[in-house]
Amino acid sequence: MIQLSIVDLAIAAALVLLLALLSMRLHSAISRQLVVAAVRTAVQLTLIGLVLKVLFANASLGWVTLMALVMLLIAGREVMMRQERRFRGWWGYAVGTGSMFLSSFAVAVFALVVILGDEPWYAPQYAIPLLGMLLGNTMNGISISMDRLTHAAWEQRNVIEARLMLGQRWDAAISDYRRQAIRSGMIPIINAMAAAGIVSLPGMMTGQILAGVAPVEAVKYQILIMFLISAGTGLGTLAAVTIGSRRLFDERQRLCLDRLR
Amino acid sequence: MSTPPPLLEIKELQRLMIGPVSLDIVAGECLSIAGPSGTGKSLLLRAIADLDPHTGEVWLEGVPAAAMAPEEWRSRVGLLPPESSWWLPLVRDHFYDGVPVPLEHIGLSESILDQPVARLSSGEKQRLALMRLLSNRPRVLLLDEPTANLDPDNTRRIEAVIAEYCREQQAAVIWVSHDRQQAARVAERCFEVTGGVLQARKPEALQ
Repeated sequence: MIQLSIVDLAIAAALVLLLALLSMRLHSAISRQLVVAAVRTAVQLTLIGLVLKVLFANASLGWVTLMALVMLLIAGREVMMRQERRFRGWWGYAVGTGSMFLSSFAVAVFALVVILGDEPWYAPQYAIPLLGMLLGNTMNGISISMDRLTHAAWEQRNVIEARLMLGQRWDAAISDYRRQAIRSGMIPIINAMAAAGIVSLPGMMTGQILAGVAPVEAVKYQILIMFLISAGTGLGTLAAVTIGSRRLFDERQRLCLDRLR
Repeated sequence: MSTPPPLLEIKELQRLMIGPVSLDIVAGECLSIAGPSGTGKSLLLRAIADLDPHTGEVWLEGVPAAAMAPEEWRSRVGLLPPESSWWLPLVRDHFYDGVPVPLEHIGLSESILDQPVARLSSGEKQRLALMRLLSNRPRVLLLDEPTANLDPDNTRRIEAVIAEYCREQQAAVIWVSHDRQQAARVAERCFEVTGGVLQARKPEALQ
């Protein structure tokens, strides 16, 4: 593998700076954002590189769990912030975070123990990247589906209540919107699987090939990851939409839009 | 002659600016509530159908709402909102058990059942929404401006269909209308909302 030096990265950074200068000439407001984002990438990735270095050197279950929890809590916050109409109070945080915990953690631990079977099973070299990819993707699925669900409940309240008035149960009254929400959460990963290798080479596989892994080995890992991500996203989306749609109704099955903000 | 036991008992019902309301309605009786908009008439109907949190109780045939599953309560105490909502493409899709009344009686033809909902006028939707509610055979009808989008002829037809349902099924009706003459015409007992309180009115006083 070709080791990258600071100079190599500086040359790549020069390209970004050039772009920033060009857009400044065009009086585009994007140049500032571009530079800020580029700096954030460099700083954040360097920091996480250092964290992983320390973590790999101290591969204890406690440290790996702590790291995993920090990742989960940050992803949970991200899910909450991406929803225009989220649940009020701690529910807004708990639905997404809880669903990600159920899906991403379960799938990651399952893959680590049953499929990869490294000694120890929580070896951070496998556990952290795997969980990271799972969280990143379930986060998208859950936030899209929850946004869709709460939006539909808000916009279609008359339809949902009309169905309640005719004696339908809450789950029948919201069934159409629940189905649409689950579908829209699953679409990105289905598209990614369908297009993998044709339209684009998946990033993880590309990274492994660049690092010198044989293409067929890299492909096997990519397939594994895709399947894990779709399982994780599917479970997470189902859990979030199921919990979320129940939370939209109270114990007398009344539509409670005052629980949204 | 002994008085029949009430079909619907409303006990100290309160929701936001309206109430507390206490009322008994016997089977086969129609009761109207008139009053300007924004006085909480619709809120009262929603509370009776248990669609909003409220204080107080409503009993149907001696059983409180809280003792019944919500979906069972709402299919027996049916609310017709002023604006109807539809969720399937064709009109017919919303009528699992057929139409309760020949559609000619409400000024429509049977062919309307095969039309897409999107092509209906608001008056057609309002009449069909009443049909959809009646096909559930509710014991109590809570009607919120059921003829607001209708011309005088169709208004009379709908009034006749509701009166007949009420008599045949021995149902109870609470009819909310901003039209005081209609309120006096359709009901045996008339009320008006003033300052959040239901006040009984003589039908002649509303004309």
